[in-house]
Amino acid sequence: MATCGIAAGAQKVYETVQQEIARYGLAVTVVPTGCIGLCRYEPIVDIYVPGQEEAVRYGQITPEKIKKIIALHLFAGQPVPDYVCQDHRGKQMMVALRNSGVINPESIEEYIAVGGYQALAKALFEMTPQEVIEEVKASGLRGRGGGGFSTGLKWDYSARAEGDQKYVLCNADEGDPGAFMDRSILEGDPHSIIEAMTIAGYAIGADRGYIYVRAEYPLAVKRLEKAMSQARQMGFLGTKISGSAFSFDLEIRLGAGAFVCGEETALMVSIEGKRGEPRPRPPFPAVKGLYGQPTVLNNVETYANIPIILRRGASWFSSFGTEKSKGTKVFALGGNIHHTGLIEVVMGTPLRHVIYDLGGGIPGGKKFKAAQTGGPSGGCIPAAYIDTAIDYENLLELGSMMGSGGLIVMDEETCMVDVARFFLEFTVDESCGKCPPCRIGTKRMLELLERITSNKGEKGDLEKLEQLAKTIQAASLCGLGQTAPNPVMSTLRYFRAEYEAHIEERKCPAGVCKAFLEYTIIEEKCRKCSLCARTCPVGAITGKIKKPHRIDTEKCTQCGLCMSKCPVKAIAKRPKQ
Amino acid sequence: MTQCLCQSKKLEKLHEIIAVHKGKAGTLIPVMHEAQDLFGHLPLDVQSMIAEGLEVPLADVYAVATFYSKFTLQPKGVYSIQVCLGTACYVKGAQALLDKLAELLHIKVGETTEDGLFTLEATRCIGACGLAPVMTVNDEVYGRLSVEQIDDIVHKYMEMAWKDEEHGDTSESR
Ligand SMILES: Cc1cc2nc3c(=O)[nH]c(=O)nc-3n(C[C@H](O)[C@H](O)[C@H](O)COP(=O)(O)O)c2cc1C
Ligand code: FES
Repeated sequence: MATCGIAAGAQKVYETVQQEIARYGLAVTVVPTGCIGLCRYEPIVDIYVPGQEEAVRYGQITPEKIKKIIALHLFAGQPVPDYVCQDHRGKQMMVALRNSGVINPESIEEYIAVGGYQALAKALFEMTPQEVIEEVKASGLRGRGGGGFSTGLKWDYSARAEGDQKYVLCNADEGDPGAFMDRSILEGDPHSIIEAMTIAGYAIGADRGYIYVRAEYPLAVKRLEKAMSQARQMGFLGTKISGSAFSFDLEIRLGAGAFVCGEETALMVSIEGKRGEPRPRPPFPAVKGLYGQPTVLNNVETYANIPIILRRGASWFSSFGTEKSKGTKVFALGGNIHHTGLIEVVMGTPLRHVIYDLGGGIPGGKKFKAAQTGGPSGGCIPAAYIDTAIDYENLLELGSMMGSGGLIVMDEETCMVDVARFFLEFTVDESCGKCPPCRIGTKRMLELLERITSNKGEKGDLEKLEQLAKTIQAASLCGLGQTAPNPVMSTLRYFRAEYEAHIEERKCPAGVCKAFLEYTIIEEKCRKCSLCARTCPVGAITGKIKKPHRIDTEKCTQCGLCMSKCPVKAIAKRPKQ
Repeated sequence: MTQCLCQSKKLEKLHEIIAVHKGKAGTLIPVMHEAQDLFGHLPLDVQSMIAEGLEVPLADVYAVATFYSKFTLQPKGVYSIQVCLGTACYVKGAQALLDKLAELLHIKVGETTEDGLFTLEATRCIGACGLAPVMTVNDEVYGRLSVEQIDDIVHKYMEMAWKDEEHGDTSESR
């Protein structure tokens, strides 16, 4: 029962389940859980039968299907194989997502039953703050929100910094469009974040913290609030936690729709109630952060790793991953891929495994073209590098980056110039406007890209793009501007020929950019039924029943409606003649 | 969500909200969120009430209101249609949904229909990327969409609005 499940109709299924078990008078416990990452199969229902180890997992459930499942499986003891969905969680390694989709996120008892708050108790009663920091350092955990800085080191800096009031912040802004692991963790396992932040507070000597959540995530906010009040009641938050001498409390702050507020210095001024404009670093927030005080800021997924690191030990955590990237990483698989959803894999897993084994490959028999990682700050990994082991260093080397873990798969029908344009449009929209290289430079880049995608490209445009990119990277104030040219640079690096085709051959090889295409009716196939003419919203199709039909390309807005309605597939999109 | 209260009740409620937050640090944005939930948007008189109440310059309130995309100075339609233009949705054809809606409603992105029924917006990722392409109408989320479904969804809301009218529902939900 997370955002994605509810969007797919989980609420109705949930209600039906309750009606049906009441109707049959069954003694069944119905537990709503958070996201388990199998978004493609939502809504999902797991049925556990006492005595059987594994649950049966049903996918793409409708109220009708669940009625049948309850009657057959729960009432008559007969599972319904038709509705069982394939689960690829077995091939993964769940660390940050260990509880998501397993426990009821609204129940602190269930969190405690799976070992929750043990790490906090261990820290408070068996470890000094410095020992906690050393343990986190030794685990090799690096930030999962962007740059991949060592979490333990960051905590150490804050612990050592002077200040009468220190703060612990959680970055739950999740600005990367196409990433939703932070939302899933907040909705599926909110207590782990509360526990981790409290541990961080103990480690650095802070008694206050804020969780900065984007306003687009109302369910996450609701679950967090509930979890915080349960934790307070149980004495895991508030004064003298669990009877120790340590006090700590949390507040939620809502973002208001500004991507730049994910940047750490901007996030802090936003919490202070101002426009979220970044400032130059140093001083770093670890030393001078919120209200000028030492502040630790970590990402949601980073925090989700903390309790289990303390519980199972640094050496357990650092025993998997690559030399410099330890542990696991959650990826949000989206785009042209069969199994959209969340996966968690050990660092260093080859991209091929992620896309084909876990993601199920590309739908429609199409070819894999590129994987975009790192969002608007990242780049595209072309098909040639599909055997790359995913870790921080390898992605950077390929001109992309880990970012927060959005992984958008693109097939051969994606135009890379259009993708670059898409990201630049995003950046231009989201630039805070404070520094000119970012505000004006990205706008100029976007104009060039718009020119190229609308068949007005000129010789020399690519060189201009490259020059602008260099200037913006070097002269911008914050990470937003410094990384904004990356999508352009990376697509230019691997798909330069596609740019050149737009400019020199006046073609969009992927068949995306409208300015290079036209719709046409294939006469031999056309049955002259005139359905297309009646469908066309702008009256661009002429012809009477039983007479040949024609599309006026001047009038046509390329909405594609005629193509989708034509019963004999007689309408084609082709390069302009 | 927008609540159906008459103007003076809303103003009273706003005073209460301000009183709860007054004197604490960093409460400007939370108050503005609550005010927008109450009024549906942030007209200048609401902004100046917040400024006065929290004792911050009006310029600061205005600066915040215009910086963050969630805050709006213009009233929105009864139904706010937001098409996700996050990367996952874009790759799966969200632009075509947006184009279709603009054409159907005869408005551009960011505008409200003349009858005040629909506002059309492109939104940032709502984190339901697994169901891309996605759009929301007020609080309702629609996933795995195709252009052909758009007509039906829009008509559903038109009918709901007509029914409300027939029942003489005069609540000013805008
Ligand atoms: C423009 C910009 C946007 C960012 N957005 C986010 C975000 O949405 N979530 C996040 O956790 N980090 C984001 N970051 C990275 C943060 O600034 C920061 O490095 C991170 O939250 C630190 O946490 P970590 O060490 O746990 O990764 C962004 C950075 C930049 C430059
Ligand atoms: S990209 Fe549309 S919901 Fe995430």
